[in-house]
Amino acid sequence: MNINLTLIGQAIWFALFVAFCMKFVWPPISRALEERKQKIAEGLSAADRAERDLELAQEKATANLKEAKEKAAEIIEQANRRANQIVEEAKDQARTEGERLIAKAQSEIEQEVNQAREQLRKEVSALTLSGAEKVLGGEINRDTHKQLLDQLAAEL
Amino acid sequence: MAASSTGEYIKHHLGNLTYGQLPAGYERTCHGHEQTLTESTWTFACNGQEAVDMGFMAFHVDSLAWSGGLGILMCFLFWLGARKASAGVPSGFMNFVEVIIGFIDTQVRDSFHGKSKLIAPLSLVIFCWVFLMNLMDLIPVDFVPKTFEWVMVTFAGWDAHQAYFKIVPTTDPNITLSMSITVFFLIIFYSLRSKGIGGFIGELALQPFNAPNKLAMVILIPINLVLETVSLLAKPVSLGMRLFGNMYAGEFVFILAAAMLGTWQAVGAWPWAVFHILVITLQAFIFMVLTIVYLSMATEEH
Repeated sequence: MNINLTLIGQAIWFALFVAFCMKFVWPPISRALEERKQKIAEGLSAADRAERDLELAQEKATANLKEAKEKAAEIIEQANRRANQIVEEAKDQARTEGERLIAKAQSEIEQEVNQAREQLRKEVSALTLSGAEKVLGGEINRDTHKQLLDQLAAEL
Repeated sequence: MAASSTGEYIKHHLGNLTYGQLPAGYERTCHGHEQTLTESTWTFACNGQEAVDMGFMAFHVDSLAWSGGLGILMCFLFWLGARKASAGVPSGFMNFVEVIIGFIDTQVRDSFHGKSKLIAPLSLVIFCWVFLMNLMDLIPVDFVPKTFEWVMVTFAGWDAHQAYFKIVPTTDPNITLSMSITVFFLIIFYSLRSKGIGGFIGELALQPFNAPNKLAMVILIPINLVLETVSLLAKPVSLGMRLFGNMYAGEFVFILAAAMLGTWQAVGAWPWAVFHILVITLQAFIFMVLTIVYLSMATEEH
């Protein structure tokens, strides 16, 4: 248990190793650890941010979807309304057209009936006149009996 | 094993391989023949008495070689780790290095509040180096010394008794005291740097007893000086001797087990080794923590 120069030798070793670690070991490793710590912190905050962004985007998407749905419903309603309107209009048009056609047909029929009646009357009066002439033997003057004949024709 | 040879065995295991200077006119009996030195000579000590007679001018070659070798191994391993250090995902060995660095960093941050580039690497070296040196205690006591003895006897023609070899540097008080004295100088350096010469002397002279009265203070100053100087000097001594004492005692138990049980030494040594793992780690840790605490006390105002 002698105390000797080993003291100095060990002190030199000690100084050498401490100097070595101070220069080549501690700084790079602690720098790397520090960098990693920062990187992790950044990653975490980025994740937070991303989560928040996602939430916002989802909210926005939901809002957009809702708006789109409302718009679509509105458009459909409008279209329905318009379709109904068109149908109504078509119906009205059809009805008026029909009525017009019916009226036209009726007036034509009436006209024809009148024409036929007129003609029939003429023919009947002519036939009656000729029949009467045959019965009476040509003594009937058309001009003298004109009033009588017209009356007869009107009665037919 | 006979009692005398048991004593010899233990003595042999407690001796260091000493290389030193023997004075002129020294009479020595080495390798079986006597000789008187005509001039002072640097040589290996043949026995314990010669190692003592060498005085201060001697080296414990085994202690220095093992502590240096283990220190170089430690530096190399950490250098490997430092080379691979990156902010990316660490792997295998790098993880291990980072765990140690992180552990030391926490210890330093917890205790030392000043700013210093030295404290953290210093703590790292103390913890890992002392741990490695202590760890040598777990190698069976005869394994390396007997190998060394065989090599020296076979190749260098040494006497087997001359081949002292201790592989646990921390069982050598020179090693532990050298480190604690280095720490002591650092304590003084840090004290002077943060408080100045006046502050440092003031801390020694005006504590722990202080009085508002000038006369009382003059009387108290010598008392304070004695107390504080003793407590200051006790720091390196206790720091070094604690480590030395623990390791020496642990080593001694292994040597005793080997001396008494011989071939069956594992029966005694193994349980002690299991327990000793705790001591090895704890002593390395204590040395480091106390160094940090002393240095933080040196930098902080009381």
